[in-house]
Amino acid sequence: MRLRDTFGLALTALSRNKMRSLLTTLGVVIGVSAVIMMQALGMGATDKVTGEIAGMGSNMLVVTPGGSGRQPFGGSLLSAPLFERADLNAILEECEAVRYAAATNSRAVNAVYGDRSRSTTLYGVTPDWYAVREWGVGRGRLLDHEDEQQAGKRCLIGETIVRDLFEDQAPLGAELRVHDLNCEVVGVLEERGTSTFGQDQDDVIVLPYSTFARRISGSESIGLIMTSAVREDRITEAKEEIEALLRQRRHILVDEDDDFSVRDMREMQRVMSSVTGVLTTLLASVAAISLLVGGIGIMNIMLVSVTERTREIGIRMAVGARGSDILQQFLLEAITLAAVGGVIGVLIGLGGAYGLAQAFGLPMRVPLTGTGVAFAFAVVVGVLFGVFPARKAARLRPIEALRFE
Amino acid sequence: MAGAATQDQERGEAPLLELRGITKVYGEGAAEVRALRGVDLRIDRGEFVAILGTSGCGKSTAMNILGCLDVPTTGQYLLEGVAVESLSGDVLAALRNRRFGFIFQGFNLLRRTSAIDNVELPLIYAGVPRRERIERSRRALATVGLGGRERARPNQLSGGQQQRVAIARALVSDPEVILADEPTGNLDSKTSHEIMGLLARLNRESGQTLIMVTHDADIAAYAPRHVVFRDGHVIADGPAPKPAEGAAP
Repeated sequence: MRLRDTFGLALTALSRNKMRSLLTTLGVVIGVSAVIMMQALGMGATDKVTGEIAGMGSNMLVVTPGGSGRQPFGGSLLSAPLFERADLNAILEECEAVRYAAATNSRAVNAVYGDRSRSTTLYGVTPDWYAVREWGVGRGRLLDHEDEQQAGKRCLIGETIVRDLFEDQAPLGAELRVHDLNCEVVGVLEERGTSTFGQDQDDVIVLPYSTFARRISGSESIGLIMTSAVREDRITEAKEEIEALLRQRRHILVDEDDDFSVRDMREMQRVMSSVTGVLTTLLASVAAISLLVGGIGIMNIMLVSVTERTREIGIRMAVGARGSDILQQFLLEAITLAAVGGVIGVLIGLGGAYGLAQAFGLPMRVPLTGTGVAFAFAVVVGVLFGVFPARKAARLRPIEALRFE
Repeated sequence: MAGAATQDQERGEAPLLELRGITKVYGEGAAEVRALRGVDLRIDRGEFVAILGTSGCGKSTAMNILGCLDVPTTGQYLLEGVAVESLSGDVLAALRNRRFGFIFQGFNLLRRTSAIDNVELPLIYAGVPRRERIERSRRALATVGLGGRERARPNQLSGGQQQRVAIARALVSDPEVILADEPTGNLDSKTSHEIMGLLARLNRESGQTLIMVTHDADIAAYAPRHVVFRDGHVIADGPAPKPAEGAAP
């Protein structure tokens, strides 16, 4: 018997029970589309996270106290000493590949204007911070070196603060009360929106570092230094320079580990994409289980079909069908069901991925490998779960099949 | 072995089909049914044989064994001198495909499948190309008087027409032997005689060996040779009784 004819038989049999065939493929459709959607979603999220990290300043290097141990965002802050002003100045002066270096500290505070208040994050930063973060003001002016030297009671606020505390009133020049300190709003930072980590980047108040140190924290120590390299291709060089300098300044012996760490954005991107990668794999695996369930659905229907069509099998055998012909026919039916389900699943999966990307504001990514693997897996599922019913059909004895009522 | 020697020396003389001491037992223990209890039968090329007997006498079982649809419990079935029990399932399938054509009491057509698609079934399994299949199926349908009804489905045809489709299916692969199991069992008397006339003509004109199981003496009268079964044995084998029941029109 020719394969083309077998295929014709399989298609005819399936099209006779259109509704049933469609419902049978549903499991595979859902499985394949879920795998693709989860992958696309995961890839989109990875893209967005890494893109945002890059958006923080592509030449940026973050220097934190604490070893680079196992934790992704620095080791224990308790065990390692913080940085000092002199460290910051030394980095700026001695590291040739470093253009900007800014001290930053932060703390959660309550901000009050008139009869309205809001808890927010207060940053104390040196003027280089704006250049490192590539962040400017939308209105008013930035805090400059003069503000820093004077430890001026002046601040910048984010758009969220403007909306929440000032409503219709003009924020510039207004007196804002932040943690027992009255300061004048001199500028409003450009709107940045929500970060991937779910943080509202515009929910901030920024003070000069010196003001923060004296009036808020009461300490000159620096919790975090943000620097940026001269050019992107000198990031590694900048990193090495900072490390060598800080080891020397912090008196770390040759065989001792660093008690600080310098991370560039690529490193942060790697960390984040490995996190989202794990999530993607997890989601896709769960989706793959539904594909397996879809396969069991196919086996179930094929078994019913074999029983229902026992007489047909008997007739076919009486006119000369070999066991292998019957096997082929039923196997091909199962594979066709799975493959059709796979195709529909791919289409729905890509459509759904597009919809989800729109809904979550993620970039649309087409998981090419994922799509291929999901489709191939669907066909394999068809073969695996089709073999058992098909063998059952092929092993029927002609006369018993013919007599079956 | 004597059988093999005979086969070599007198190939032309070897009967087309030969049953030797065939028994068939269904079930086990208390439920055991002995359908055949030692049947010997020879049928030559071109014969038209009616197998007669009451219900449960084993005639259908013998027919199924002859058509390679079933295997005997003991005994030997020789097809042109070759022992059928030594053949593989695939060879048996090929035998059913090329050398036998079956006609059943219940027609056994595929439902929801057109007449021509039913008829071409044996040709599909023989690997005949589509164009030739359609051509030969058309001719077979024309032979049984159903030209023009190719697209009709079984449920759109009368019982007699359905049986004609089944006959066309049995003929299409041009087999040497046609096995008919109560071919007129589900048909009225007039249609029965039409069908029998058709079968007798095929036997006469194309020389196909025709073996027919029936319990109806009227229908059996078409066959020149009668084999009578009772309780799993052949109790009579010979020419049809001429005078009294020879009133077949």
